[in-house]
Amino acid sequence: MSKKTIIVDYELGNLFSVQQACLHVGLDAEISNDPAQVAAADGLILPGVGAFGTAMNNLRNRGLEAPLKARVAAGIPFLGICLGLQLLMTGSEEFGTQGGLDLLPGKVRRIPPTIDMHRVRVPHIGWNQIVAPAGRDWEGTPLQHLRAGDYMYFVHSYYCEPDRAEDRLTLTNYMGLEYCSGVQHGNILAFQFHPEKSGPDGVEIYRQWGSMHGLI
Amino acid sequence: MQQETIRVIPRLDIKGPNLVKGIHLEGLRVLGKPEEFARYYYETGADELFFQDVVASLYERNSLHEIVSKIAREIFIPLTVGGGLRSLQDIREVLRAGADKVAINTAALKHPEIIRQAALDFGSSTIVVAIEAIKERDGRYLAYTDNGREYTGREVREWAQEAESLGAGEIVITSVDREGTGEGYDCALTRLVADAVGVPVIAHGGPGKLSHIDEVLGAGGASAIAVAGMLHYDYITRPDSYRAADSATRDGEGNTEFLRSGRSYGRFETCTLPAIKAHLLAQLLPCRPYTPAIIA
Repeated sequence: MSKKTIIVDYELGNLFSVQQACLHVGLDAEISNDPAQVAAADGLILPGVGAFGTAMNNLRNRGLEAPLKARVAAGIPFLGICLGLQLLMTGSEEFGTQGGLDLLPGKVRRIPPTIDMHRVRVPHIGWNQIVAPAGRDWEGTPLQHLRAGDYMYFVHSYYCEPDRAEDRLTLTNYMGLEYCSGVQHGNILAFQFHPEKSGPDGVEIYRQWGSMHGLI
Repeated sequence: MQQETIRVIPRLDIKGPNLVKGIHLEGLRVLGKPEEFARYYYETGADELFFQDVVASLYERNSLHEIVSKIAREIFIPLTVGGGLRSLQDIREVLRAGADKVAINTAALKHPEIIRQAALDFGSSTIVVAIEAIKERDGRYLAYTDNGREYTGREVREWAQEAESLGAGEIVITSVDREGTGEGYDCALTRLVADAVGVPVIAHGGPGKLSHIDEVLGAGGASAIAVAGMLHYDYITRPDSYRAADSATRDGEGNTEFLRSGRSYGRFETCTLPAIKAHLLAQLLPCRPYTPAIIA
């Protein structure tokens, strides 16, 4: 029987495009808001666009937080996209301080409106480069087909600050703000950018992730 | 000083099943199948695609869903869809069909609260407010609706600021005066909006040659550019195109006379997306470079 990847539906964000990318690379991916399906998933994708607080409320109210955390703790492959990365953190400073899934220690901060007296347009919308932090490379990760400086598509107003330097997989510089745009820790992988909107190079990330974990 | 990465966004005006192009948003002529153009632009390095249903607002027709759905299955870059979106339900449906962002104009001007509610429901970055501007005799820029036909009396600058405060994640500013003319973007208009808001501003309407793009990025302060005629007219005359004219004519909808006539394109110095990207990089304007790839 083929392995099932569940795209967690908590009513935020474009699930359609994530599912299209999954199907394109041969992942057996289903959109679901059913806690039982999340609890039984072989792979989990947490997408999301929108507000951190609303997202956490929706996850809790739909009974998805507990099975999601349990499944990740059990070691199944997890892929977070955009808000799905930010939700992994301990908490966000959006509208006061709010608790996250707390699967990785770290904070979520807002992109400042000015840096060194220059205007910074927020949201950060568009293609930007990803590089590996010093001393790290992407060999053996779902980014192994990419080179430092390749472009991915971003849409966000907040960014992550993981506490542990070793969790950082990619860095991105927006108008002088260098921030962590991708994390990897054990079975957890998550990106601020949208691989499903980043052309062939982005879609390939789904393929690599799926095949590395035997989901394809 | 750091610069944003410039986005180059082919704009596809859609009428029924066809890609069309007009002048001043009027006098639409059929150019071909939107799917074929979309695919070609994806493969040649488009940063996003912008689809506008140009008759939806007039006849309340939502015909774009099918086209978007088909395109979203094979094209993995952001798709923005506008035209005739009147309610939150309309927005929800087009997002479900595969759009990543929606552009709203008429509905937003009639009921600005729709911006706030849509931003809450779908996220600010999903909501693009489209402003169609006409320069009045006294020099003021006013916002119009329905492809520049309906007067609202709203000043562009103040409307852009209100749209941002309500939660718009981006503004696309169209110069109706320049649209389709090839005379160049209205840089003063673009600058007016870019200085008034903190969200990204997409310039639309008027480019006929590469230097027009430099102007609107420099003097205009745009974060992104929408390009239509320069790209479309290049594509339909390429020997390797899918013979866009033939495929459009087969469906027999719309004015295809223009295509069959084989006329030249007046002021337009047509070009490809890779040529635009190469030009931007040569001007030291950062953008995602075109790199031929094996298409996923």
